Amino acid sequence: MSENNWNLEPSLESVAQVQIKPQYELFINGKWQAPLAATYFATVNPADEKHLAHIAQANAADVDLAVKAARAAYDNVWSQLSGAARGKYLFRIARLMQEKARELAVLETLDGGKPIRESRDIDIPLACNHFFYYAGWADKLQEAFPGQQMEALGVAGQITPWNFPLLMLAWKVAPALACGNTVVLKPAETTSLTALKFAEICQEAGLPAGVVNIVTGYGDTGAALVAHPNVDKIAFTGSTAVGKQIQKACIGTPKKVTLELGGKSANIILEDAPIDQAVEGIINSIFFNQGHVCCAGSRLFVQESIAEQVIAKLKFRLQSIYVGNPLDKNTDIGAINSKKQLETIEEYLSIGLAEGAEIYQPDCTLPSPGFYCKPTIFTDVAQSARIAQEEIFGPVLTIQTFRTMEEVVQKANNSPYGLAAGVWTANGARIFGLSSQLQAGVVWANTYNKFDPASPFGGYKESGFGREGGRHGLSAYLQFKN
Amino acid sequence: MEILKTYKLYIGGQFPRTESGRTYPVLAADGSHVANACLASRKDVRNAVQAARKAQASWAGKSAFNRSQIAYRIAEMLEARKVQFIEELQLMGLDKQSAEEEVMMSIDRCVYYAGWADKYQALISSVNPVASSHFNFSSPEAMGVVGIVACQQTALIGLISQILPVIIGGNTVVVIANTNQPLCAITFAEVLATSDIPGGVVNILTGEVGELLPTLAGHMDVNALSLAPISSELSVSAQEAAVDNLKRVRIYTEPLYVKSAQGLSYISDFQEIKTTWHPIEQIAGGAGGY
Repeated sequence: MSENNWNLEPSLESVAQVQIKPQYELFINGKWQAPLAATYFATVNPADEKHLAHIAQANAADVDLAVKAARAAYDNVWSQLSGAARGKYLFRIARLMQEKARELAVLETLDGGKPIRESRDIDIPLACNHFFYYAGWADKLQEAFPGQQMEALGVAGQITPWNFPLLMLAWKVAPALACGNTVVLKPAETTSLTALKFAEICQEAGLPAGVVNIVTGYGDTGAALVAHPNVDKIAFTGSTAVGKQIQKACIGTPKKVTLELGGKSANIILEDAPIDQAVEGIINSIFFNQGHVCCAGSRLFVQESIAEQVIAKLKFRLQSIYVGNPLDKNTDIGAINSKKQLETIEEYLSIGLAEGAEIYQPDCTLPSPGFYCKPTIFTDVAQSARIAQEEIFGPVLTIQTFRTMEEVVQKANNSPYGLAAGVWTANGARIFGLSSQLQAGVVWANTYNKFDPASPFGGYKESGFGREGGRHGLSAYLQFKN
Repeated sequence: MEILKTYKLYIGGQFPRTESGRTYPVLAADGSHVANACLASRKDVRNAVQAARKAQASWAGKSAFNRSQIAYRIAEMLEARKVQFIEELQLMGLDKQSAEEEVMMSIDRCVYYAGWADKYQALISSVNPVASSHFNFSSPEAMGVVGIVACQQTALIGLISQILPVIIGGNTVVVIANTNQPLCAITFAEVLATSDIPGGVVNILTGEVGELLPTLAGHMDVNALSLAPISSELSVSAQEAAVDNLKRVRIYTEPLYVKSAQGLSYISDFQEIKTTWHPIEQIAGGAGGY
């Protein structure tokens, strides 16, 4: 295949309406408060490595202040409000987010490196919709769980990842507030800016002080939140290793825990699948958001009879994937979120080669400076290979083949993870036959990487427990009394 | 001369002795020696988990209606042997009336969960109205193999209150019985063996909780734990071991031997929710529904 440097005319999204302050404080009790230790860290744009802002680094004492504010707001204000009144605040927040949608999208792209097309069309609308959706549940909790007595948990400590910063905030904050809890949220250190913008939106919405508190910082800030004795609930999205530490830390405490962790999801293409749609589905399953997706379809299983055809089409399709400036509307794959993550991905590329897999990357020029990785597929991958077992969290696909349904079910389930799976076939009976045997919390049949506030999301096995989204997502933030 | 009964373990539908060859004396309330029970070992736990895993897929694959009938059959078999259970409970110190009440409640509980087997799905499922042209629904699935530490205060009703809601949902179980009162548990295994429940769906071990639980809680092929009240030391170490493969752990602090200790939540505690998406073709310009 020919060298493919796409000399597309850049179509850059304007950054004019985004105001980034030089320095951000902690958002505690409705006010911006300087961190007690007066320490700050820098956040950079991964697309060009340019400095964006300094961000307060919360220590345990700051976290304590935030938890106290959340507790006071819970006791004195939020738990006294009717569900309908809580719902009105959430509706108001949803509307303000919609009004600032473009600003939020550009900010998300600047801070995290994801293509503007994705932040504009997926992350931000879904985040707004999530608030809108849960706003409507706030006064219908009794109808959601007929015959059961329930109450809010109290103060929810929430820790969100860097791959979908505002969307994951919405997944956590919206149901927590709808169910009557107050929150202390710790965003990922590389992507704090949209959470801080969200704090401004809470102020603008007139949300009572202390109902939402945002403490920025690194893992130790999150650990302080998890360890705080006055937190009633921990909701975490991130790696399985950290999720296990959190679960251990909460043993013997009354804290309720939900974990949304890693994955190594199987995407299965059967010989009777609509091939061209399936190839597009594969592209979307692994290269969406640079592959920084916990439910990415990172293990592709193709039925042997069509493997050659699918792989050829996939390689051809990779030639027209545009890796570039995330602000460019032509861009398919933006910047890797951080230098550290780029190093992790590159290490896995070497591991794959050392394990004897065959690598394929399209010819394309990567921007510089910035953190970028070519879309990569590995063929001749053994089931036991580390690249087929471990979560890479980047644009790297492993391809394996199979002959029978029994074989692919066994291979797909042979993973400690169980977050998602994809099935591509024109045979309806086979969809249900396969999907009921796959150990995964979400199964996409003839589609992939679709999300919706009404749709419960969460894993089996070591991909975590609890569901976010839909009616099922409410129970993560309620205490039921028998 | 009276023929004494040998109490053995219940693994994979068989009644083996413990591979360790050990027993411990079971004492009546008055301190007299009534029988010897198997002192199960860690190896017995692993054998039981293997049997439970082997049985799980086909048990979950049976129709819910079929699981309902089998659970009802357990109640029928329990009813037929109720005199024996009443005698065993009296040996353990219950007066005749309390023993009768416990057996009646146990039979009722089996009937109660038999009725649930094909109904809870309708109550905890949903069709989700996503904002794109997809059909999207969420429905429960069994977690898999569940380890149970049975109620240590009662010999029969606690055990049944923990086993029934878990198995009617398609899970298979490995149960550590009440250490000091293991007779009813093994007699219940005999009920199971003569009902239509496939071998391996329920496996029952007698022995020391402190010896068996760490192996069960740390076993990488166990998906979840159901813990009746036990010492906080044992409970904490089991929860820590459970983190290795993120077992779902349910800790029951309420008494399981009362009338109210039953309900949908005891079933849904051991169900995963799976959400499935599929595109909806738009025919003749019609908009996607759900």
